[in-house]
Amino acid sequence: MKKIMLISFAVILSSITFVNCTQSGETANDEEAAKKVYVAPGKYDEFYAFLSGGFNGQVSVYGLPSGRLFKIISVFSQNPETGYGYSEETKPMLMTSYGYIPWDDAHHPELSMTNGVPDGRWLFINANNTCRVARIDLKSFETAEIIEIPNSGGNHGSPFVTENNEYVIASTRFSVPIPEKDVPISSYKENFKGTLTFIKVDPHNGDMSIAFQILVPGLDYDLAHAGKGPSHDWAFFTSYNSEQANSLLEINASKNDKDFVAAVNWKLAEKYLAEGKGKKMQTTYYNNFFDEKTLTAKSNKITSVTILNPKDCPGLIYYLPTPKSPHGVDVDPSGEYIVAGGKLSTVIPVHSFSKMLKAIEKKDFIGDKDGIPILRYESVIAGEVENPGLGPLHTEFDGKGYAYTTAFITSEIVKWKLGTWEVVDRIPTYYSPGHLCIPGGDSKNPWGKYLIALNKITKDRYLPTGPELCQSAQLIDITGDKMKILLDFPTVGEPHYAQAIPADIIMKNNQRIYELEKNENPNATKSEKYARVERKGDEVHVYLTATRSHFKPDNIEGIKVGDKVYFHVTNLEQDWDIPHGFAVKGSNNSELLIMPGETKTILWQPQQEGVYPFYCTDFCSALHQEMQGYVRVSSAKSNTKISFN
Amino acid sequence: MKTISRLLLLFATLMITGLFFFPIWNIDLHAPQYPEGIGLRIWLNKITGEKPFDLININKLNHYIGMKPIVPESIPELKYMPYIVAGIILFGMLVILLKKRQLVFGWIASIVVIAIIGLYDFYMWGYHYGHNLSPEAPIKVPGMTYQPPLIGSKQLLNMKAESLPGIGGILLGLAVLIAIAAIIIDKRELKGN
Ligand SMILES: [Cu+2]
Repeated sequence: MKKIMLISFAVILSSITFVNCTQSGETANDEEAAKKVYVAPGKYDEFYAFLSGGFNGQVSVYGLPSGRLFKIISVFSQNPETGYGYSEETKPMLMTSYGYIPWDDAHHPELSMTNGVPDGRWLFINANNTCRVARIDLKSFETAEIIEIPNSGGNHGSPFVTENNEYVIASTRFSVPIPEKDVPISSYKENFKGTLTFIKVDPHNGDMSIAFQILVPGLDYDLAHAGKGPSHDWAFFTSYNSEQANSLLEINASKNDKDFVAAVNWKLAEKYLAEGKGKKMQTTYYNNFFDEKTLTAKSNKITSVTILNPKDCPGLIYYLPTPKSPHGVDVDPSGEYIVAGGKLSTVIPVHSFSKMLKAIEKKDFIGDKDGIPILRYESVIAGEVENPGLGPLHTEFDGKGYAYTTAFITSEIVKWKLGTWEVVDRIPTYYSPGHLCIPGGDSKNPWGKYLIALNKITKDRYLPTGPELCQSAQLIDITGDKMKILLDFPTVGEPHYAQAIPADIIMKNNQRIYELEKNENPNATKSEKYARVERKGDEVHVYLTATRSHFKPDNIEGIKVGDKVYFHVTNLEQDWDIPHGFAVKGSNNSELLIMPGETKTILWQPQQEGVYPFYCTDFCSALHQEMQGYVRVSSAKSNTKISFN
Repeated sequence: MKTISRLLLLFATLMITGLFFFPIWNIDLHAPQYPEGIGLRIWLNKITGEKPFDLININKLNHYIGMKPIVPESIPELKYMPYIVAGIILFGMLVILLKKRQLVFGWIASIVVIAIIGLYDFYMWGYHYGHNLSPEAPIKVPGMTYQPPLIGSKQLLNMKAESLPGIGGILLGLAVLIAIAAIIIDKRELKGN
């Protein structure tokens, strides 16, 4: 053990030179690489790539192979640019059982699938901190739903989908007392538990609901992936800290030679549920969804969840021993091989699904953990990839029989062959890759043309920007025998993981406007003739319309200090790419960006008398600068009547 | 009249019923900001956009030059045009039944006269929209009017306007040609006899 640690340290210290001097990775010559990533003006990229924003709580949308940034989708973070999380319509999206949480740490984008292949309907992504899963609608590229995960300490191993979105699965990173209670942290072993959550997805509208949770031993659960093909009914979860330490995990959770991959038979779980083995548990969590008709989010508070206990459900879970703190768990396109990335392991262990079934049949167990059978490593292992670089984390597949694994410590991507387990190629990355992404690379049919390395460090790769440097994605050509780096592109936030899909699958369903006639927002103003200002006690409601290049009304009087002024702004446009903005001077809330046909409401509470300009913030037309108005704010005692024009 | 000529006339009459199903005239606009194009379709009884929201958007663009919004409901011709065309179709049927060559001439003449009046009316609407501009228009270019061409294309500020018959208009023109052909065939056959 000590020896490995020493080696790792030595390698960390010298990794950059090591990588540059001794590895055989190839960079395409500049001209050839430039040709491969050049997307001529007016031409479209071949793929959409969705990169998680990590600590910025968003998703960014890039084109491949150009690496051009198209959009940042607000998911778990407020965005004052659009008013997401500030406007009355979107505030409910960020409600949780802990109150309003306008930020998070978003890690794993996951495309919805049909028959095990990304279908371009939805993108799911997790919030680690205040445990949530969001669904983004890929018609509008907007967040459509956010569901909170109860009984979870940290929603890291999430959201991974089964072959037809039967379930979005999620595991808790931190085990915690369930239900939460005031106990000594040192009582970890007796009081702390984990959960594995199965979220059902409505096949028609994507609505999410928690079908059940499985109560599991108090370990740290890290990542997951659903099975496919023969392993369709199963889901796999990595775990670390089988030592069940609660302090200085760096040392105390790195002691055991093997931790576990948990294999869960979700079809069997459904059977046990039908038999009534599930127990209802009181808890509180939120399900927030954006209603496409009213263009307004609603929060539903839910107060119970169904729990399955493996003790009541024999055969539901097995543990596959896996070397040294496994991180990623990835299932190959055939559904037979389950690849685990042992962070501290010197090999990549690959489990065989069919051998696992045989071992289960023969009860080839070496013991159990809290009643969950532990299978014999030698009986389930298909092979080990030797010399895969240090710190193997994540693996994706090209659909041609090869797997690609990131090695974090040695900053490289290692290509190896399924079945023979030989390393066939390796390429340095710049630097410290976490996840990697091949379009469809975790599905049944990868579009194995490109690979994106998602790197944590960019020292010396770009113009420096003070202490904080950008993070980076690298585009690698994987069509030939040798991997070739084509492009570096800086990313927004931490590009933790990414998913990519051929552009045409998404483009054909792209939404261009919201139909004004179908806008059922109760505060919509569908024609200028209904634009008006109404006082209700100390609330003033301004029903404002925006069109090129004016607001109606544009002069508003009779507002008093202390009033709550709600601007309900409807964008009357029905033309693609013509949003209007709305901002009022001194607003301590945010501006709005209102899409064609949409209504958004922002609350403004003026504190001082005066005349306040408001204006459009999105350059909408030749007379955009003229798109403005005034609000007169009188003293609280004044008797100025509401008037407008 | 010979059967073949009567069949041709029947065919011509049926083609005219196409006016109920296809636009008579198309006006298409092209501008840098509208790479996908934006256009109007003029039907017997309505004016629509080429795409669902084109009419709204054309009106929005037109307000900058002070052009009145196109409100199909306020154009009376669209109310009685369907009856006129229905009349032509009935007249055509009558001609086929009565087998009188003179009536065929009358039928063709009536279509041509109505078509000429229609085109003139269309021209006048274009003139009216293009010339009666609001004095309050945000964009005023000295000497500029915005009448779309009756037929063909014309650059109007940033917009290239293209005005051409639609499928309905083409069917009407073909119907007239076929009717003329029917007469010619009929005459020849008579001579041959
Ligand atoms: Cu504007």
